[in-house]
Amino acid sequence: MAASSGSSSNGRLTTPGRTAVLVDGCRLPFQRSGTGYQDLMAYDMGRMVLKGLLTRTQFDADAIDRVIMGCVIQDVDTSNVARESALGAGIPQHVPAFTVTMACISSNQAVTSGVDLIRGGGADAVVAGGTETLSDPPIRLQRSVRKRLFESRKAKSPRDYLELVQGLSPSDLVPESPSIAEFSTGEVMGESADKLAAMFGVTREEQDEYALLSHERAAQAQEDGRLDKELHPATVPPSFAPIEHDNVVRPDTSLEKLSSLSPAFVKPFGTVTAGNSSALTDGASATLLMSAEAARAEGYTPTAALRHYTYVAQDPGRELLLGPAYAIPKLLDEAGLTLGDIDVIELHEAFAGQVLAVLEALRSPSFAEENLNRSSPVGDVDLDRMNARGGSLSLGHPFGATGARLVTTAAHRLHEEDGDLALVSACAAGGQGHALLLERWSD
Amino acid sequence: MPVSTNPTSPESAPADPASSAPSEPARLDTDLLTLAVDGNGIATITLDDPDASVNKISSETLAAFSEVLDVLERNGSVTGAVFISGKDDSFIAGADLDMLQTFEMPADARMISRRAHRLLERMQNLSIPTVAAIHGPAMGGGLELTLGCDYRIATDDDATKLALPEVKLGLLPGGGGTQYLPRLVGVQQALALMLTGKNAYPGKAKRIGLVDALIHPAGLARAAREAARKLARREMTPDRPSPSLGERLLESNTVSRRLVYQQARERTRNRTRGNYPAPPRIIDCVQTGMEQGLDAGLDAETQGFGDLVFTPESRALVSLFFAKQTGDDNPDADRARSLDRLGVVGGGLMGGGIAEVSARNGVDVVLKDQTLALAAEARKLVWKSASKDATKGILSEFERDQIVERVVPTDDYAPFRPCDVVIEAVPEDLDLKRQIVADLEAVVREETVVASNTSSIPITDIAAEAEHPERVVGMHYFSPVPQMPLCEIIVTDATTPEVRATAVAAAQRQGKTVIVVNDGPGFYTTRILAIFMNEALLLLEEGADAEAVDEAMMDFGFPMGPYELFDLVGIDVAAKITEVMSRYLDPDRIEISDSAATLAEADLLGQKNERGFYHYAAGEAGEKDKQDFNADVYRHVGGRSRTSLPRPAVQERLALMMVNEAVRCLEEGVLQTPTDGDLGAVFGLGFPPFRGGPFRYVDAEGPAAVRARLERLAREHGSRFAPCDLLVEHADADGRFHAD
Repeated sequence: MAASSGSSSNGRLTTPGRTAVLVDGCRLPFQRSGTGYQDLMAYDMGRMVLKGLLTRTQFDADAIDRVIMGCVIQDVDTSNVARESALGAGIPQHVPAFTVTMACISSNQAVTSGVDLIRGGGADAVVAGGTETLSDPPIRLQRSVRKRLFESRKAKSPRDYLELVQGLSPSDLVPESPSIAEFSTGEVMGESADKLAAMFGVTREEQDEYALLSHERAAQAQEDGRLDKELHPATVPPSFAPIEHDNVVRPDTSLEKLSSLSPAFVKPFGTVTAGNSSALTDGASATLLMSAEAARAEGYTPTAALRHYTYVAQDPGRELLLGPAYAIPKLLDEAGLTLGDIDVIELHEAFAGQVLAVLEALRSPSFAEENLNRSSPVGDVDLDRMNARGGSLSLGHPFGATGARLVTTAAHRLHEEDGDLALVSACAAGGQGHALLLERWSD
Repeated sequence: MPVSTNPTSPESAPADPASSAPSEPARLDTDLLTLAVDGNGIATITLDDPDASVNKISSETLAAFSEVLDVLERNGSVTGAVFISGKDDSFIAGADLDMLQTFEMPADARMISRRAHRLLERMQNLSIPTVAAIHGPAMGGGLELTLGCDYRIATDDDATKLALPEVKLGLLPGGGGTQYLPRLVGVQQALALMLTGKNAYPGKAKRIGLVDALIHPAGLARAAREAARKLARREMTPDRPSPSLGERLLESNTVSRRLVYQQARERTRNRTRGNYPAPPRIIDCVQTGMEQGLDAGLDAETQGFGDLVFTPESRALVSLFFAKQTGDDNPDADRARSLDRLGVVGGGLMGGGIAEVSARNGVDVVLKDQTLALAAEARKLVWKSASKDATKGILSEFERDQIVERVVPTDDYAPFRPCDVVIEAVPEDLDLKRQIVADLEAVVREETVVASNTSSIPITDIAAEAEHPERVVGMHYFSPVPQMPLCEIIVTDATTPEVRATAVAAAQRQGKTVIVVNDGPGFYTTRILAIFMNEALLLLEEGADAEAVDEAMMDFGFPMGPYELFDLVGIDVAAKITEVMSRYLDPDRIEISDSAATLAEADLLGQKNERGFYHYAAGEAGEKDKQDFNADVYRHVGGRSRTSLPRPAVQERLALMMVNEAVRCLEEGVLQTPTDGDLGAVFGLGFPPFRGGPFRYVDAEGPAAVRARLERLAREHGSRFAPCDLLVEHADADGRFHAD
């Protein structure tokens, strides 16, 4: 790759400080939990994807200033999973690494933390990504037992040990497994999605149709090789048989199959089913971010510049998954753009009902007026520009890794679809949301 | 866009060929409701009273529903019906109480009851399925209406609650509730709901089969139509919980059901001492209906409803309901500053209680005591109380944590600076209270209201040395603060309208019913209570059997007798109040007993040291369980020989003492209205609710009769019983305190 001589304010949009660019990104093929990566720790996937990124970009690991990884379900053995993954990937020990967590936008936060470091001059090259296993969630003993185990460190005599087990009932020994429920409201995320869909009048059929569309697009992209460009094949013990493709996508699904499923969360009259929800997934993703100057000096042609970004937060009880409907208009306003200016959209698909509710909110005059303090709606999202290679519904959703996938896919699509501006947006537990603008790099 | 504009949603899917036979389209649009039919032939009846914030059951509502049934009975193309409210956060709030007031005779009430019965019968005879879609309160007649439907679906929202609260107004559910509820949820569940009037929240309603399904509010209408469609196509049948083995055993036959009725009657008798006529009538109606059939039961219900509406007990309870509405209203609301941050001085039971009711209603509280450890005790009280609710599922643990985190303990005045209102709740000591006012004035802002939770010291005295006496008011709470619904606000001549309005708004924000009274020793509530308690001590000195006196006053309708109340308040605290009050009371008019001080000196303090008029044992949760009577008391007061006075004589002496003093408070301008006097006595002191309060009591007994009795008591026991001037005036003119 040849060094270019363009200025750092390349492109339409300008942001304060130095310009951060995406050199490239990749991910491991996403696997339905309990399948290809079922025996791995998040750290295993993390180190594979970091190695994959370095191999693919041929970047000198010694020149990395920081490694940032998103992860949601933490394994206490690797609580700073970024550091363990970096060491495991052979990234020199002098490169600091930290882990960020912000539910489903964790690796978005990893990317924008990297952007901030670069803009502020604190780094020239940052590796940002995420890793997640949902095959092996940490299952804990109950508090009463944990407390006794802690006290047992002091126990010496058999009598001490006897006292420790006294008063325990067999039911105390049943372990606690985590659920995908909001801590503050106790609501399972599927219930929130069901509620949100109903609030915006999204019907069951519309949700099933959208889920079908997502699967069809992912199957097509898999078929014609578009997805392969962002994948780094994995080979894992014990068999080391190559894992080259995402396996969540169902090329053979149909509206008939989807519509035959019963509601999964709100019974018996809900509309969200297993078929129109994203599935539990294992996977990892990574991006190489650099300052435009450093990229040029190292001889890289960036894929895209990382421009404006924003985070928003709403009431987790009412609008858990509606973040993009707030983040997108806020971001467009800050950048002086409208939806029509955007060529490529990557919107995280937690649930079909959530996606359609966000789109409905964006086109709704009353939502604009009552919730966004705008006199006119944000606008219609052109589905042809959105999630052209499928989304979380069909590709899978390893919580901490989805954000970096969205960024990489959006940048690749800008080149492939000859666009100029890309918008990435996602919702997250806690009622939070994110949006980021990418601009194709051309100098 | 293939997705969002798709026209074939389940809502508009083609209807069954069988049900779409050509027929005139069903439509109805009355003042109160609309009926519209969708493509599947499902009629949605939306009730939305344009003139009221909530829907109520009135003669007009019943007429409108009758019209709906006319349409549904005649129109062959309708395949199912959904009943839903057009209001944002309520279904039907119950019967219109104004309608109750218009009944001139029992027959009027019975006619409404019969009309409601006829509606339910017609609903059940419809050939199409009916579904009630419930969001928000479905109370009384509103819930009864849903009992006529084939299926009930409710939202899982916090706003949704179902209840038959008629018993709280001295009535029974007259719209079919006593018959259809036990048939739906079983006799025991139905009796529990109707005899307590308690709310069933969504989870419980589903569990006991009162509703068939739950959904989020946004999906309610669609889900109800889906349910109607599926019921019509026989794709679904209601899935009701099967009763527990115990319920089945008890309710399966006449003989064992008799046991259920008998137990319910006994519990009711123990609780009400026969003072409330509604609960036994409710049991009668259920029994009649279950044992002799629906028609007999409905007849009994109609009969009972008509009788109860005209009982003095129901009239009194209804009047209190309206009085409470005035106590929940702030006539000067726009002058009030909102309460965002509250300061509390003193982390004892009162301070902790005030902190709790504030934090539970979203107010940030800074609570100061002499040491951080003492202040932290108040935070612990809040945590314990909220944890109890979390265990019961009334609060989530997270909500509990949010409430506790609103209470910040401190040993420093500095954090009080941003407070809108500061309330001191320290012991009854004038110098201490004046010092605290001075300390507070040194830190708080000019507009901060400084309130004293004194129960007896005149506010004018507390404010005497204040830099800004115009902002010093009394906010008198009752113990235990979280349970007692009243706050008595005491204003002085100096109080500005803004300060008064802010204090009222603050107490209302804490969920309290408010009365505003003028300053004076003991204000209103403490004054009439002190006089009442003083009389109890005089009785004790005369040799009355204390337990018999307590029993007599509970028979009269007080929640506990005066001596048990001494124990609860603390005999030392009562002695202190007596001391404060006696400084202001005319010794010629009233003879003040010093027995409370005598007992306190003998270390008989009440619940706090488990020895007072009764012995107490500390329970598991720190509560004190009453044990047997402590005859030791007699050794200190009046000797061991005791006589049991006739109950009416005891009741007359104690109750009329309180009533006469209440009227004197109105006469002297301490009370601003008789309604305040009724509210204060019932909600603050436990004056029997079925008597409506001291002023309702005088009205009901007749002022001349009350005067005559007081004059007789004055002759027998002393001039302290002499009727006050205002009472004499009313007796002469045969006037009433309340116009209605």
